[in-house]
Amino acid sequence: MTGKPFRLPEGGARIDRNTRVTFSFDGRDIHGFTGDTLASAVLASGQKVFGRSFKYHRPRGVVGLGSEEMNALIGVGADSSHEPNLRATQIEIYDGMTAESQNRWPSLSFDIGAVNNKLSRFFPGGFYYKTFKWPRAFWKHVYEPVIRKAAGLGKAATGRDPDTYEHMHVHCDVIVVGGGLAGLLAAEAAALSGARVVLADENPELGGIADLTAGMIDGVRLSDWLKPLIERLSAMPNVHILKRTTVVGHFVHNYLMMNERVADHDPHLMREGAPRQRLWKVRAGHVILATGALERPIAFANNDRPNIMLASAVRGLVERYGVTPGSNGVVFTNNDDAYLTAFVLKKAGINVRVVDSRKVTSGDLVQRAIADGIPVSLGAVISAVEGSLAVKAVKIADYRKGQGRVITEKRVECDFIAMSGGWNPVLHLWAHNGGKIKFDDGLQSFRPDVHRDAMTAVGAANGSMDVATTVDEARSAGEAAAKSVLKKTKALKLAKLEVKEPSRGALESLWFAPATGKYNEGNKHFIDFQNDVTAADLELAQREGYESVEHTKRYTTFGMATDQGKTSNLNGLGVLSEATGKAIPAIGTTTFRPPYTPYSFGSIAGSLTGSLFLPVRRTVVFQWHTDKGATFEPVGQWRRAYTYTGTGEDKHQSITREILSVRNKVGLLDASTLGKIEIKGPDAAEFLDRMYTNAYSTLKVGRCRYGLMMNELGFLTDDGVTVRLADDHFLMHTTSGGADRIAAWLEEWLQTEWTHYKVFVTPVTEQWSQFGLAGPKAREVLAKMDPDFDVSNEAFPHMSFKIGHLGGYPVRLFRISFSGEMSYELATPAGYGLSLWSALLEAGSEFGIEPYGTEALHVLRAEKGYIVIGDETDGTTTPDDVGMSGMVSKKKADFLGKRSLEQSYLKGSGRKQLVGLLTEDPQEVLPDGAYAVAEVKDKPPMEMIGQVTSTYMSPTLGRSIAMALIENGRARMGETISFPLERGKVVKAKITDTVFYDKDGGRINA
Amino acid sequence: MLLVTCPVCGAEGDETDFHGGGQAHVTRPATSDPENITDQQQRDYLFIRHNPKGLHFERWRCDRGCGKWFHAARDTATLEFKAFYGITELPPAELIAQAKGPWADYFAQRAQETKKSK
Repeated sequence: MTGKPFRLPEGGARIDRNTRVTFSFDGRDIHGFTGDTLASAVLASGQKVFGRSFKYHRPRGVVGLGSEEMNALIGVGADSSHEPNLRATQIEIYDGMTAESQNRWPSLSFDIGAVNNKLSRFFPGGFYYKTFKWPRAFWKHVYEPVIRKAAGLGKAATGRDPDTYEHMHVHCDVIVVGGGLAGLLAAEAAALSGARVVLADENPELGGIADLTAGMIDGVRLSDWLKPLIERLSAMPNVHILKRTTVVGHFVHNYLMMNERVADHDPHLMREGAPRQRLWKVRAGHVILATGALERPIAFANNDRPNIMLASAVRGLVERYGVTPGSNGVVFTNNDDAYLTAFVLKKAGINVRVVDSRKVTSGDLVQRAIADGIPVSLGAVISAVEGSLAVKAVKIADYRKGQGRVITEKRVECDFIAMSGGWNPVLHLWAHNGGKIKFDDGLQSFRPDVHRDAMTAVGAANGSMDVATTVDEARSAGEAAAKSVLKKTKALKLAKLEVKEPSRGALESLWFAPATGKYNEGNKHFIDFQNDVTAADLELAQREGYESVEHTKRYTTFGMATDQGKTSNLNGLGVLSEATGKAIPAIGTTTFRPPYTPYSFGSIAGSLTGSLFLPVRRTVVFQWHTDKGATFEPVGQWRRAYTYTGTGEDKHQSITREILSVRNKVGLLDASTLGKIEIKGPDAAEFLDRMYTNAYSTLKVGRCRYGLMMNELGFLTDDGVTVRLADDHFLMHTTSGGADRIAAWLEEWLQTEWTHYKVFVTPVTEQWSQFGLAGPKAREVLAKMDPDFDVSNEAFPHMSFKIGHLGGYPVRLFRISFSGEMSYELATPAGYGLSLWSALLEAGSEFGIEPYGTEALHVLRAEKGYIVIGDETDGTTTPDDVGMSGMVSKKKADFLGKRSLEQSYLKGSGRKQLVGLLTEDPQEVLPDGAYAVAEVKDKPPMEMIGQVTSTYMSPTLGRSIAMALIENGRARMGETISFPLERGKVVKAKITDTVFYDKDGGRINA
Repeated sequence: MLLVTCPVCGAEGDETDFHGGGQAHVTRPATSDPENITDQQQRDYLFIRHNPKGLHFERWRCDRGCGKWFHAARDTATLEFKAFYGITELPPAELIAQAKGPWADYFAQRAQETKKSK
């Protein structure tokens, strides 16, 4: 763009200048080298603006070195593979990659939203709270859509993600988070002590920022000294190294979540079968945090201009990628470390000067800079930045610590700025799960204090910014971690290391650099770049009374962006400290929350999508149902045949046909999903007496009884038929969805309350295929099946039970009915299921047998007024509410829920009671869940007196039927009540008994 | 994610492999004397639970292991499990000694009942 050579003629340890990579950024082809990040390649091309800011739409460029990047957020990938909000400094480029900038319209260099910047005096902290309050309707239709369009970051992909993801679970003795000098040494010490070690690092290369750090070990540069160590570790069988893997969260009892970007840097790997990303769930004996430190920006006027970067980021660009942000730089610092950036720039032949806020300083690096002829302004700050899309010049003002305004200044041309306000230990993971932190005056930052989990921080993460301390800490922490986890460790013999590093002068805090002109006029000192929060916003929040740091945070949104305050947190506290006159520790900190960096929903879901989301349970007849054109409905994890639609039929017609077939001839239902639990033992009968509202000790062997189950609150939870197989042996049926829940429920009471009962509870649902044979011709079908028992009504009456054979099939038969017709349920071991099903259909063909599905079943039972737990009950329904108080034993001293039914709040009038409903217009079917009201009015609110629980068109009766829970319903028999529906429509219905069909039960007992 | 150990089968797992069953040592009045329960006793049994900061006693079930219920003593402030013990057992004596507030009252009452019955 400007024609300057941003790619230096030599240097760049990470790139391979022999392999060119071409990718597209905002539709433009960019050329880089293998090893480049998107940030380095785009900067090398001369482009400095990477995006627009969140609120003011100011042009923004790269600031950081790696995961702390807050401005240059980029979307990568096309269409459904698109992932937004990735940090340009972490994106590794590959041939054919498509990337685009975000939050700009129509282009990066011209952005309509930038008018917000001109209007910024109208956008102070708390702006949203102050402005968009009323009128109320405006919020939904005007404010929110406009704000959402103008603000926000990248856009989520549409369409189904075509890539694959997976989850991994791992246990280890020691996990080391961070693969820099500290992490590598700690991992080595732990591994040599015999521990199983996982080492995770978010970057593509290990070594952290050793390559950007001064110092030598055994006479070798740090990054060179680490190379053989990395090789040794990689070869150890008890060390697992994960690169490109971010530990995103630390949770209770040393549970960690890590996101590994397996193929993001090289999609070719996916074609070879690798997942795009892998989510690791780690349980570690001990956690060693070697997460290093992040450099702080400095709050000076317009410190957000493109080409103002952290000093470490500039150093990294030159050293790693051979890229320079410009040809004439200013290093602005309050500490010694940034001088390293000046040396690196000077060595690369780039003009550089240093502006240091400290009046007096004594470290080796400062002396060396002066000796090397680098212009150093001590006791000075940058008071102004010229240029908006690029830096053109700065003003350098004389400064004394604490000085609030500029007195003398001079203009100096430059085209980039490298800033360093000191370093903050990375405490996010330390703090995610309750780790305490303390303020360190030397660092002017927080460092780890104590943690309730087994966790140790080492090196820069622990606030130890020098190599010698880091080496000692890391080695002893690694050894101690292994000892704390393992019963026996190997003796550790490590050679003593000779460390040489420059001495450092003290850092001097600089939370706010005074600006040219009157206080703050026209200047923005950015604290939180990502959420566009300035020092003035924080001060305003204080003046307006949001004194607590947690209130300031929410009022200004400082630290609440996706970077979770990585670079802004401490600077914000510094500003608040100066505004309030309180020391930083007295102000406190806000909470760091997971994730450390955002990770994708794809990774969170892993492979658990689509059909793998939940296992599906199928009965042995499932394939037969499918072949016969059945549609299925989910019942718990089961798929049950809903109806069998034949050729030329719609579902309504097939359901009607199935119902009439049961009423007039005979039908066959796959009821295998019904929960089946065997209860056996000398105390089985007494146990069931405790569990059910009605008595089972009085049930005769070979007889069935319908039972109601309540919880301890007195509310219905399940129902079903239980048969007594022997004195000490019962078979309980539960609802299809309730089998697991009820088995667990029974177990709970056996194990925790009636522990002396000798009873076994055994779920046997899958062991049996069970079919309902229902209809007036059911007995004739049974007779044709060659039974080895008498099927006559006298020998096998309603509610009785037989074990026998139908031809070759061993069966358990229950004469029970959920349809109101004469009906048998036949259970056979599941292996015989499909064969028996087919044999029954064949035997029944001459009687016109037809299979029926769950919808016909539900209509049939509703015609007969049978309840379904979960339809007619809602978790606050008692037996009396559904008209079954007769089934609640008065004789039994105790059973679950009995005493609660006596509580005052369940007694008295006003409870909703189950009734039947007949609409005035017999063809009108009430919607499910429709509300009845005491009085119909023009508009809500209307007093609601109950709701529809089941509602169907009954083919048997040729009219609609419904059941409803209505306040004092049983006292209102014959009354007509109203159901207001949409668009003013009102349906009227008469309250009736719930049994619509065969009230005297003649058909069941036929 | 709490790390739980089943005292019955010895399985160690994530809390999602187990099922938290709320406060331990809740006495069900109807089991011993169903005829003489006041409304308030029943209300307390159903709804009133301790909520201490510090040592607490809970019920857990080994959901994906042996299926057995057991007791756990856990510090609600540090989330540290102090002990896992059987479903019919009282906590280890040293934990009973550390119990505070309503828990201390409960264990004192239990101790008295045991004395009486002897």
